Amino acid sequence: MDWAVFIVAGAAILAGALGVVTSRNPVHAALSLVLTLFGVAVLFVAQRADFLAVVQVIVYAGAIVVLFLFVIMLLGVDQAENLEVEPLAGQRPAAIGIGIAGLALLLLPIAFGRWEWLSGQPSVVGPARSATEPNVNLLAKALFTRYLVAFEATSVLLVIAVIGAVVLARRPLSTERQGETVTEEP
Amino acid sequence: MAVPGAWYLTLAAILFVIGAVGLLVRRNVLVMFMCVELMLNAVNLTFVTFARMLNDIGGQIVVFFVLVVAAAEVVVGLGIIVAIFRRRAGATADDISLLKG
Repeated sequence: MDWAVFIVAGAAILAGALGVVTSRNPVHAALSLVLTLFGVAVLFVAQRADFLAVVQVIVYAGAIVVLFLFVIMLLGVDQAENLEVEPLAGQRPAAIGIGIAGLALLLLPIAFGRWEWLSGQPSVVGPARSATEPNVNLLAKALFTRYLVAFEATSVLLVIAVIGAVVLARRPLSTERQGETVTEEP
Repeated sequence: MAVPGAWYLTLAAILFVIGAVGLLVRRNVLVMFMCVELMLNAVNLTFVTFARMLNDIGGQIVVFFVLVVAAAEVVVGLGIIVAIFRRRAGATADDISLLKG
């Protein structure tokens, strides 16, 4: 059963990822991204990270992909682009070569089973599984005790992001000050 | 029986490499941005896998923060993309390679 879930979700993840990279139309790429994000959420559930799976679906598939689609529609760039043209000579072979080399490097410690290379020693934040407490309780306890400062820092980060988005989205100040009706420049 | 963690890590590595190659190959800034999201998800999957293998909630905490940072990053990044497209329509990454407009 576990293997069936893993194989189906893994196939969905890889199909979605390849769809993002190879689709001509940005809308199709965004929809393929949804497939990948749902597959990752399924694998989160399979590994007992229930709360993160819910947040993954809500934030990623719900908010971020909708934001992508909104920008695609707003800018009107939803026409297919020609993927046959290779603007920079030799770019794709070089990129694929770098990808294969990077994949080999990533798979090397996995093949040898030496997790210490990647992750250090098992740390002591707290157990991820408990017979009595659900996943949300364990996550919340660690988040609001040991990682409270980081949690507060993310709120500052979100405020900065909101201010940045507002500053980027507003029109230039000089045209506003004259009280003219601002027209979009081509 | 549960799937060994090595399979999850292998899947995450493949997903990360697909995202990285897509980022290097594609010219459309929106699709490049989606490839960055693919790479972030691959790393998230790795963190959750290690959280299960080492029985440590710390990995899941990191994923939580990555989600927050990804949301902020998307907001600012798409704001920049909208600002670029307002200046010149149909821009690809090649058209905005110069710092001066």
